[in-house]
Amino acid sequence: MSIKVKIVSPEKVLFAHDADMVVMPGSEGDIAAMPEHAPLMLTLRGGVVDVYEGDVVMHRFFVAGGFADIAPTHCTILADRALKVEDVSVDDAEARLAALEKSYEEADKMNVPALDILMDKIQSARAEIEAGQSAIPAMSI
Amino acid sequence: MASLKELRARIGSVKSTRKITSAMKMVAAAKLRRAEARAAAARPYADAMRRMLAEVGRSVAGEGGQPALLTGTGQDRVHLIVPMSSDRGLAGAFNSNINRTTRNLVLRLQAEGKTVKILPVGRKTYEFLMRDFSDLIIGHRHLSASKEIPFSSATELGEQITSLLEKGEFDVCTLVYNQFRNVMTQTPTEMQLVPLALPENDNTDNADIASYEFEPDESTMLSSLLPRNLQVQLYATMLETAAGENGARMTAMDNATRNAGKAIDRLTLTYNRTRQTNITNELIEIISGAQAV
Repeated sequence: MSIKVKIVSPEKVLFAHDADMVVMPGSEGDIAAMPEHAPLMLTLRGGVVDVYEGDVVMHRFFVAGGFADIAPTHCTILADRALKVEDVSVDDAEARLAALEKSYEEADKMNVPALDILMDKIQSARAEIEAGQSAIPAMSI
Repeated sequence: MASLKELRARIGSVKSTRKITSAMKMVAAAKLRRAEARAAAARPYADAMRRMLAEVGRSVAGEGGQPALLTGTGQDRVHLIVPMSSDRGLAGAFNSNINRTTRNLVLRLQAEGKTVKILPVGRKTYEFLMRDFSDLIIGHRHLSASKEIPFSSATELGEQITSLLEKGEFDVCTLVYNQFRNVMTQTPTEMQLVPLALPENDNTDNADIASYEFEPDESTMLSSLLPRNLQVQLYATMLETAAGENGARMTAMDNATRNAGKAIDRLTLTYNRTRQTNITNELIEIISGAQAV
């Protein structure tokens, strides 16, 4: 019993394969998609998607927010931007984070929706740095 | 009649034109293949997005207080038109079709007494519309100059449209673009972006299962899906425009190459005839000169 997993970015399909479990960073907490999961749609925060085959993490992807569609037989992740964890560039993410923090400082503190968007972007950049750093020891093994 | 020297120059210049047009045709063919592959690669995301939106839309149907992107402002007074052309010409009627469709649309809406605003995308349509409707243009952007169109260019355009809507700058938004049917045919098409017609649910995989749960709730989900959906639609039309531009250019350059070949044949015939006539004339002059002696 497995589910069809698809990770899609606006430009292309990044990953399409069967898996036993997918753990994804939901905006209100991490969620695991497994076979026979009740149909659920959720928004994602920036973070790492783990694709399990058996008990082993076979693939790890960083997603910078997006949506997920979980159903008993499939799980589709629509990522705003997605890449393999080992392809994450910590330096790029740090530069982006610095730029975002600067624009947060300068932003109009009364404009709450805009601040929320900036906060989400900062969270996503921080998660990307974390994901990139966690990938480095894994690669050296 | 043109002199032999002039004819030789004409033939030479048409020959180099033919070389240029056939090179452009081959470049366009290569670019077209890449553009088509990119458009195909972007389709799964758009399809999945449409399914999710249909699902969310179904569960909020009939509820009040829905986002303006979905329902519009409830008025039909100010129209925003977004024509999308290529940045470069020499692509047959590709850009002039867009320009003509846009102009007709503007004139029709104005005749109905609506206020029209234009936000052109792509240099060709911007330059054309500046001539007639410069007072209606509220901004413009070019497609990316690089080979690939990044998703961020669609994001920026989408965000611009969304923020214009939030400021109450327009009620209805229509996109004018070339729908890519095949390499030969691109049809200028008007597509209403705001208010959005919710897609029908064609998700047959899930037809028999219970309806979805949402996290966060439906309306939050909807308000974050809608702007993204707008961007995805814009991105899809940008990719379609890129593919269509190269398709149209390939067809136009193929015709130009063939016409140049015909022109060369015609000119060569004239050249040879002229040469023969000249020789005959000279012979006649020599013979009649000899007879006179």
